[in-house]
Amino acid sequence: MINLKINGKEVQVPEGTTVLQAAGQVGVTIPTLCNHPDLHATGGCRICVVDVKGWRTPMASCTLPASEGMEVETHSPAILKSRKTILELLLANHPRDCLTCDVGGSCELQDLSYEYQVQVPEWGTKGTRYIADSDPNPFVRVDMNRCIQCTRCVRACTEIQGRFVWTMAERGFDTHPVPGADTDMLDARCESCGACVAYCPTGALSDKMSYGQGRTHQVKKVMTTCTFCGVGCQFELNVKDGRVIRVTSTEEAPVNGNHLCVKGRYGYDFIHHPDRLVKPKVRRYLIEGKKKKTKGKPWEWVETDWDTALDLAARKLHDVRTNFGADSIGVLTSAKCTNEENYVMNKFARQVLGTNNIDHCARL
Amino acid sequence: MSNSMDDVAKYAELLFIIGSNTTEQHPVFGSMLRQAVIQRGAKLIVADPRRIDITEFATMHLRQKSGTDVALINGLMYLILENGWEDKAFIEERCENFDEFKATVMQYPPEKTSQITGISVEDLRQAAQMMGENHPMAVMWAMGITQHIVGVRNVMDLANLQMLLGNMGKPGGGVNPLRGQNNVQGACDMGGLPNVYPGYQPVINEEVIKKFESAWGAAAPAKVGLTVTEMMPGIPEGKIHALYVLGENPVMSDPDSAHIRHCLEEIDLFILQEIFPTETAAYADILLPGVTFAEKTGTFTNTERRVQMVHKAIEPVGEARDDWKITAELAQRVLALGGRELLSDAPLKGWDYATSEEIMVEVSKLTPSYTGINHARLDNGERLQWPVPTAEHPGTPILHTKAFSRGKGKFMPIDFVPAPELPDDEYPFILNTGRVIYHWHGGEMTRRSKGIMEVYGKPLIELNPDDAEKMGVNGNKTLRVTSRRGAIEAEASVTDRVPPGMVFANFHFPESSANELTIAALDPVAKIPEYKVCAVKVELVK
Amino acid sequence: MKTKRAMILVSNDPESIRLGANEVVQHLNEALASYDLQDEVDVSTISDVGYSNILPLVIVYPDTVVYGPVKASDARYLVEEHLYKGRVVNDLLAPPKALTGPIGFLRGHKGYNPAEQRVVLERAGRIDPESIEEFISANGYEALGKALSELTPEGVIEIIEKSGLQGRGGAGFPTGRKWRFVRGAKGEKKYVVCNADESEPGTFKDRLVLEGDPHLIIEAMVIAGYAIGADEGYIYIRGEYGLAYQHLETAIAQAKEYGFLGDNIFGTDFCFNIHVHAGAGAYVCGEETALIESIEGKRGEPRSRPPYPTTNGLWDKPTLVNNVETLANIPPILRNGADWYKSLGTPSSPGTKVYTIMGNVNFRGVIEVPMGITLREVINIYAKGMKPGSILKLAQTGGSSGSIIPADLQDTPMDFESFRKAGVSLGSGALLICDQHTCIVDLVKVLLQFFRFESCGKCTPCRVGAQRIYEITKRLTQGQGEIADLDIALDLISEMERTSNCGLGQTAGTAFRGMMTHFREEVEAHILNRVCPTGVCSMDPETAQSDYIFITQEK
Repeated sequence: MINLKINGKEVQVPEGTTVLQAAGQVGVTIPTLCNHPDLHATGGCRICVVDVKGWRTPMASCTLPASEGMEVETHSPAILKSRKTILELLLANHPRDCLTCDVGGSCELQDLSYEYQVQVPEWGTKGTRYIADSDPNPFVRVDMNRCIQCTRCVRACTEIQGRFVWTMAERGFDTHPVPGADTDMLDARCESCGACVAYCPTGALSDKMSYGQGRTHQVKKVMTTCTFCGVGCQFELNVKDGRVIRVTSTEEAPVNGNHLCVKGRYGYDFIHHPDRLVKPKVRRYLIEGKKKKTKGKPWEWVETDWDTALDLAARKLHDVRTNFGADSIGVLTSAKCTNEENYVMNKFARQVLGTNNIDHCARL
Repeated sequence: MSNSMDDVAKYAELLFIIGSNTTEQHPVFGSMLRQAVIQRGAKLIVADPRRIDITEFATMHLRQKSGTDVALINGLMYLILENGWEDKAFIEERCENFDEFKATVMQYPPEKTSQITGISVEDLRQAAQMMGENHPMAVMWAMGITQHIVGVRNVMDLANLQMLLGNMGKPGGGVNPLRGQNNVQGACDMGGLPNVYPGYQPVINEEVIKKFESAWGAAAPAKVGLTVTEMMPGIPEGKIHALYVLGENPVMSDPDSAHIRHCLEEIDLFILQEIFPTETAAYADILLPGVTFAEKTGTFTNTERRVQMVHKAIEPVGEARDDWKITAELAQRVLALGGRELLSDAPLKGWDYATSEEIMVEVSKLTPSYTGINHARLDNGERLQWPVPTAEHPGTPILHTKAFSRGKGKFMPIDFVPAPELPDDEYPFILNTGRVIYHWHGGEMTRRSKGIMEVYGKPLIELNPDDAEKMGVNGNKTLRVTSRRGAIEAEASVTDRVPPGMVFANFHFPESSANELTIAALDPVAKIPEYKVCAVKVELVK
Repeated sequence: MKTKRAMILVSNDPESIRLGANEVVQHLNEALASYDLQDEVDVSTISDVGYSNILPLVIVYPDTVVYGPVKASDARYLVEEHLYKGRVVNDLLAPPKALTGPIGFLRGHKGYNPAEQRVVLERAGRIDPESIEEFISANGYEALGKALSELTPEGVIEIIEKSGLQGRGGAGFPTGRKWRFVRGAKGEKKYVVCNADESEPGTFKDRLVLEGDPHLIIEAMVIAGYAIGADEGYIYIRGEYGLAYQHLETAIAQAKEYGFLGDNIFGTDFCFNIHVHAGAGAYVCGEETALIESIEGKRGEPRSRPPYPTTNGLWDKPTLVNNVETLANIPPILRNGADWYKSLGTPSSPGTKVYTIMGNVNFRGVIEVPMGITLREVINIYAKGMKPGSILKLAQTGGSSGSIIPADLQDTPMDFESFRKAGVSLGSGALLICDQHTCIVDLVKVLLQFFRFESCGKCTPCRVGAQRIYEITKRLTQGQGEIADLDIALDLISEMERTSNCGLGQTAGTAFRGMMTHFREEVEAHILNRVCPTGVCSMDPETAQSDYIFITQEK
């Protein structure tokens, strides 16, 4: 174990702990931008610099290993001034479009600017350097004008998804992330998992499907489990005005953390698709009490109320069972439905109908 | 899965993926495996006829001929035994029937295995050595192993392999089938199978029947029911007269679609509970609108037996209702019509559930592995993997740590059997089928997602460049693929993901679903269809 | 080796090759053959000798006659006259003025200055760099033999420590101490990395060593490997140094063949291998952690430190990174002893330093002199004085990130300690001498333009800060400057010095700061009078256009 002092408080941490983590242990929050607990620290943005006794210059706390006897000052006036300068530098060529930006309210740059009361400085390179919404990917909106070069997208794609779509291009002031060799994301073999969006601290990468439909504070977030594959990812459905407008991932999810795949994160719009069945329907022959013809054109659909549909269904099932026995009825339950729904289907087949003819698509 | 995804990704020294396109079909787990290779240096062997994406990260890619998995696994075990790499202590203490099993395996020397599988002797030796020298090894598989007439044999042989290497019951090891659907595990757990009640309690066991009879007031007779692959052909045979289907689309997802359509045309009564007017809905008599996952509360059980909450986020659209409510109302109405006597003192005979939480309470009373599971615990953030035998039990992330369910692990001697329909002069190609990353199964949901359709909006048939050149695919890329059962037309995706002589098609698009072509040959035990191998001919549509 | 009567050396640095050195060699050989002299006279190539205006150079030994520039068509004539008939060819002789330059191998020639002392460049230009035999005959691999047979690794480090050798890459860190750190670092696997990414503009001292004496670096790296316990080394060489790369590859193959490299060196248990890795042109890859990232195949960006390469370097293993010039000092120190080394230079900065001289002086090129001589000596003695009509205004030491030294500091001894005291840095040894026609603002603008482009873009202060200071400086040259800008810039420079991730950002503003310290009046003239006193800057707002083409957004 290593003993060090942070703002005068004694801390004991295991070897390999960074100063940033050690500070967290004693409730000292050091601001970060490029750092994310899921990703390797790079020490790039420098917002997390702290004073360490004996060092000539401030150190980036996200990469600095705690060492024995270290004395760290996290919020000295000089450090606060340095952080302010760094924020000013980041804002100097940042577009002043917070009013319309989709991530307003969930932007880490915005939050820090607020905390440190930094205005967008008058100086700096004004003007738009990159085309907004520059990538044709249908899920990810790319606006490099809002990028702060934290490389979280690069690391998310490398260290979470393992697809290596994003990389940093150019040097100096022109440095910015590009997909592949500066091509389109899909051309750079993007699988549209949206990890880069989830880890982007600003509006440089945002969700295209929900762009302009609701900011984070305007939505109700409901944690649930994904309906697609058997991995069992959890995420938050973002609901506004009774509609699911977006899916956001969360570190709370036991299996997947902040990670999702294209279907989980962006395959939600079927929920409100106009094809959805919204009223029970029965074939006209059932309403009219006629026989079902088994050949030729099928009978037309008639929309009914629930009682009519359920009564007809019950009556018909009862008839089949009476005429041909319970084993002439097959029940298919669903691997897409909940345990509770499957349980009642099983109870329905065995208790209500009296048959073991129940199965689902496990084999298919 | 005998193990958890997390411990496989964290602790396996060697990952053996056979018959699973993990990065496309279980993308988030696939990413975890990629990271195990990149960040931790775990070794990876992929056995798959196709050069699927995860092979990019593989230490070795074994490209076996379709349907030769048993020969491959036996051949590897031959080499493991030949070199003394087996875990003798584990076999001695935890297993039985080793000698009989060994006699079978010893009939698969590398030369013979190589001849059957098309994998070189050198590669077989290298793979066996990696397995012999890297512990623990986790085996992952999916439908590439099970969707064969020898599906059960394949699975048993993989279990043999893991017992032989002593990789069972420890972190980073185990036998890990990746379940396809979000709640296929739960549907099985909840008795959605013709042979078992919830918790895998056999329907032919008198005690079990008695248990459910006294709980529900009535139970089914002691006779195994029909599987879906038996029900459909049962319709024209006059065995099945009515179907009540919840959220399934057999016209898209069952083999030999033409035959399925023919069967459904014959049915007397077809009640379908769905969210969309699917391809199957065209054959229904009564359509009951259910709801999506966003509109309901309940639980899903994932591939690693983890039970997780689904929370209602929005009100049901239109007049759609919770699916369990529809079933409950239907149950009450059928019961009211008589013909079924319920024991009057049965405590769980009723159908008047107010919430899905109440149903879970009933589940926990009747399902031993779910005894300790309830919504309150899950909502409190508890992470539960069944079996959870009591309300205090923390769940079971790894199975078989001390003993197997049946006590000793039994080695099963498994012999290789070729696929039922292999290429011939008339149908010279092998058709392999499956899904792509962007779509889900019959495509009912993903085809209704705008962005996904922008990226992958039409069916594509994977065709090897050599075959494409022979056929003159260039500019005009429309193929007609014909089997003995049907034909589809779709654009070719020319790629060396498939070996020469193979085409790969998906079943996401009704206009050219692979299941128009597939053969309805079944595994004799699991009744699972042979989706991965059938014979087709491929022509360029002029 | 056969005894030869004479030897012809032809310079074959890239510039000479461009000017036809290869053809000269070919024609010389043909001419020798036609006079049947091929067994008596050997033709060999040497690397850059520190000159550029008399190339290609042909030197005939043992007469020590220097011809240059020599064309291919001169070859036959030269062979016939000098080697066949034994007469010096007067009309091909290098101009006398050039001959008075500090070319080390012309000892005893008129103009040779006794103060020049060659340790690092001892052999460069004197031996055939592609011949290991010549290297060996000039005491090559003697130090390695001594280390492996007579010294323990600890003993080697003690000698280096005792010699007082300091890193020549710019920071001046004691070399022996660094070796000791790496030796003491935990880990089985360790690496030696030679930083040969000489990318400081106007510096080419390391190239002379790499091209002219490649075995010296190999010898030094093997010694270093022995001392710190490493069995593998990398030479990270500037991508443009094609000839040096070739010479190193040849030298490595030869050294392996002779058992100085590879398995069981000198028949001992010690094994060491060297890979040569060419850079791709990024200035920042001269920074040791960026260099390591680059070897690992990543984008060349400096790591955040600590941990340092001494414990977590290449592939996260303890790694010794030394500059070419530093390493080149190792074999001589081991051969001649620490005391000999300490007798050179000053007590606090022993040894010699190689400088690249540029600017408004009569001689521009490379010199090697003892530590501690003054700038005035360099200009007046080695650089042969300022150009006619030129008066020294300032010098910049150490390349782009170096300090601005006004004329009144020219008597400061050039060694690590004295410079540190004067608040300036010695850097990599580039010396830019500027006369009264140089506008300080324009000079600083050019330097900042370099930094805003060469910043790797990883850390905010450097990436945006360099651009910001550049913009301010550029506005000064366009008559758009404001007094308030100067304080903003100085404030920003201190923040860059404090918070930048690596030396590049920390020193990007050094020149600007020097300008404000020593030439404030000249800067203010640009603002208050809207005049550039030297007449260099355009002072024209019309030229004040942005460096960026902005995009008009479609709404």
